[in-house]
Amino acid sequence: MTLPFNALTALNRFGLGARFDLSPSLRKDIEADPRAFLKSELLPQNALLAGPDLASSRINLLTSFAEQERKRMERDKSQTAITSANTSTVPPQMAMAGPMQGQAPMQSQAPMQSQAPMQSMGQNPAPSEPKNRPIQREVLLTEAQARWQKAFDDPSGFTERLVWFWSNHFAVSTAKGQQIVVSAGSYEREAIRPFVLGRFGDMLKAVEQHPAMLFFLDNRNSIGPDSKAGQKQNKGLNENLAREILELHTLGVGGGYSQADVTNFARIITGWTWYPNNPNFEPASFVFNPNAHEPGQPKVLTKTYTQQGIDQGEAVLNDLVHNPATAKHLATKFVRHFVADEPPPTLVAKLAKVFTDTGGDLMAFTKALIDDDSAWAAPATKLRTPQEFLLASARAFNLPVDKPEVAMRALNDLGQPLWRPSGPNGFGDLVQDWGSAEGMKMRFAYAVAMANQAAVQGNPNEIAEIVLTNAASPETRQAISRAESRVQGLSLLLMSPEFQRR
Amino acid sequence: MSYSNLSLCETPSLSRRRMLALSGSLVASAFIPKFARAADARDPRFIAIILRGAMDGLSAVAPIGDPDYAGLHGDLALTKTGDAAGIELDSFFTLNPAMTNFARMFKQGQGAVVHAAATGYRERSHFDGQDVLESGYAGPGRTDSGWLNRAISAMPQGQRIGAKNNLAIGNVSPLVIRGPAETLGWAPGGPGLPTNDTANRLLDLYTHRDPKLGELFRQGLDTQTLANGAMKTMNNADKPSEMVRQARSAGILMAADNGPRIAAMAFDGWDTHENEGGAKGRLFTLLQGLDGALAEFEKALGPVWSQTSIVVMTEFGRTARINGTVGTDHGTGSLAFLAGGAIKGGRVIADWPGLKNADLYEQRDLKPTTDLRGVVKGLLADQFGLSPQVLANQVFPESGNVKPLQGLITA
Repeated sequence: MTLPFNALTALNRFGLGARFDLSPSLRKDIEADPRAFLKSELLPQNALLAGPDLASSRINLLTSFAEQERKRMERDKSQTAITSANTSTVPPQMAMAGPMQGQAPMQSQAPMQSQAPMQSMGQNPAPSEPKNRPIQREVLLTEAQARWQKAFDDPSGFTERLVWFWSNHFAVSTAKGQQIVVSAGSYEREAIRPFVLGRFGDMLKAVEQHPAMLFFLDNRNSIGPDSKAGQKQNKGLNENLAREILELHTLGVGGGYSQADVTNFARIITGWTWYPNNPNFEPASFVFNPNAHEPGQPKVLTKTYTQQGIDQGEAVLNDLVHNPATAKHLATKFVRHFVADEPPPTLVAKLAKVFTDTGGDLMAFTKALIDDDSAWAAPATKLRTPQEFLLASARAFNLPVDKPEVAMRALNDLGQPLWRPSGPNGFGDLVQDWGSAEGMKMRFAYAVAMANQAAVQGNPNEIAEIVLTNAASPETRQAISRAESRVQGLSLLLMSPEFQRR
Repeated sequence: MSYSNLSLCETPSLSRRRMLALSGSLVASAFIPKFARAADARDPRFIAIILRGAMDGLSAVAPIGDPDYAGLHGDLALTKTGDAAGIELDSFFTLNPAMTNFARMFKQGQGAVVHAAATGYRERSHFDGQDVLESGYAGPGRTDSGWLNRAISAMPQGQRIGAKNNLAIGNVSPLVIRGPAETLGWAPGGPGLPTNDTANRLLDLYTHRDPKLGELFRQGLDTQTLANGAMKTMNNADKPSEMVRQARSAGILMAADNGPRIAAMAFDGWDTHENEGGAKGRLFTLLQGLDGALAEFEKALGPVWSQTSIVVMTEFGRTARINGTVGTDHGTGSLAFLAGGAIKGGRVIADWPGLKNADLYEQRDLKPTTDLRGVVKGLLADQFGLSPQVLANQVFPESGNVKPLQGLITA
């Protein structure tokens, strides 16, 4: 029987699980006051991620363009040799931007390989990726590595869980094209991390003005029909981003907006764009192009926006932050992620109120969750996501996370390919989204593969005492202690309900 | 399962295509010991097979000549005649009827049993017991390297085995061969994949603790193919047919002129607490698998079988008395099987301790009278010329008082 406020809940429900080297003194502290343990890590700077090999989105995109240009010239050169001059006028980045629709959700970035998980989890040079990977994928792997190393290192992993939650809330998908492949990691570092313990409004603005999101949801090419550019080029609106801001990022489905609101909002954010190489603008950076902005004073929801230029769209975003539907939508998703598929209504109402009262202060919002008893008392019904499962296992068994391509393949197999959800709504967050028959079998295969590579001292009983912080059920203890081998004991530990559920 | 398509007349080679066609879980020394090419044309092969879970030695090779055996082993006991009859090895011991191939080897002088054997470990934890068995250290707690790896380190290094690019450098190797000396192994179907036994134990845990996960997991196991391709997720290393298959693959590799000379593999599933069975049933099936594996080695190794020794060991034995669920619990003394053309066989080597209550270890287990380290020392000394000092200090540290068993290998 688990206590309502125990260390296991702190580590698993809110964090990424106990680390293999969890010291007895830290464990004592966590057990004495699991709330205080989590709160002690709630510092905005803890959510940041930087490093000498982590470049800005601008640099990443420019690097990508340069590479695409180089390849295009190579292609042209060889083509010119065969035919006569036949210069492509399609900018390379346009040619690369495939539509989202029709992409299989599970399609992996690396060619799917039919091989045993063991090989994918670290067996040396299993048929792996080509040596000269595209530069975009190099960047992606570097970003993934840094992200997982941080998740591996953090004492509780709580801030990383917050980052993952908000990153999935504002999902982009690498399935869209190379521009996302190369910028998904820097997008998360630039638009999500600085704000997960700051203000939601700042995050919202950073997201909707980030090149990755503007590319992913097509606003880059949305042009006001009556703007200068629109009249000249005979181009028009793309409602994609405006719709998803309302439906996914803020108000939520049924949040009280109409098609007219979507269209008007789309008009308002015309001109929010970026260019690879337009002489009038900083390349690969968010810009407001007044020539593409639809003139007028459209109405969204109940309000007419009389502002000019970029201020108009920012005013809408600001109002969305303060709309009660947004508070309810976010509180529901947040509680659903951490506590239960059917979030306790009183807890949701409480968080929504905090969000509204503070004008979207995510520090207060997060602390309100931790402070509420019901967030701890709810039974552990949620299933760890594949990414949580892999990282928690790595932390428990001291498995190095230095081969990001291996972890990426594992996430493909387990149904949660990194930064590659099937749509802008991100990965699902219900037990049924991960608890499939195939999913459980695949988890089992990876659990055994990781148990084979466990780099921790001690026998499985001792390791379970650390990883499950003394809170394992008698049945789980017995299954582990009766295992016929170390690998079997560790496999059962990773697959135990106490490790899988949170 | 049919093996008729495997032509043994083919010259075994380690071509990539062939490697891909094979699968198994052998982990082998990356180099051929130098003296293997010496003038006397001796070129021995050595294979260590670890049975994880603690094999019941009293059911594998039953001391039916001991007057207390039948009473203790109850429903599991083998008999001289009748439904539970084994295969007579001598007037005292009878072999489990599952092991017809080993019985033949035994009669040909190529199989031996060392009974009432154990490591120096006297507790009953699988984890620690396997660590001691495989590490070769005097006690648990040291898992940095295994005795076979340190034995390899002590041998002069000759040429590299062939097809190194086709064998992955394995970090999922049995502890017995893990360590500083470079080893190679190959993966498909090998260790690192789940066994049916582990799956069943997990199902059992879910049944008691989380029926919903249990139902999903059961459905997953029932699904034959995976949605995203032919990824293999189970190795069934505790299934007899899989043991046979792995041994066949390993044998073909080791038979090659440039193939590995020293290797290890492990079979799981020997922890028979419930419905162990005697002349048929669970243990019988496992022994059938082991027996088939030995026969596959014999077949695949062909001409080099005559220079081969295989030692089969387990971490400890099981209780002499059967328990309340017609199985046996963790015990102490078990046995080792020795097989191969290099083995001076046809005998059960045992300083039999007896099964009277006072003769049992802690009044419950077969008392070990032979140290398994002495068995391995004898094999390594006679096959590879390792000195008693190297064996006592390097291969099995702090084992100076355990003498190599003499005369296990034919001259």
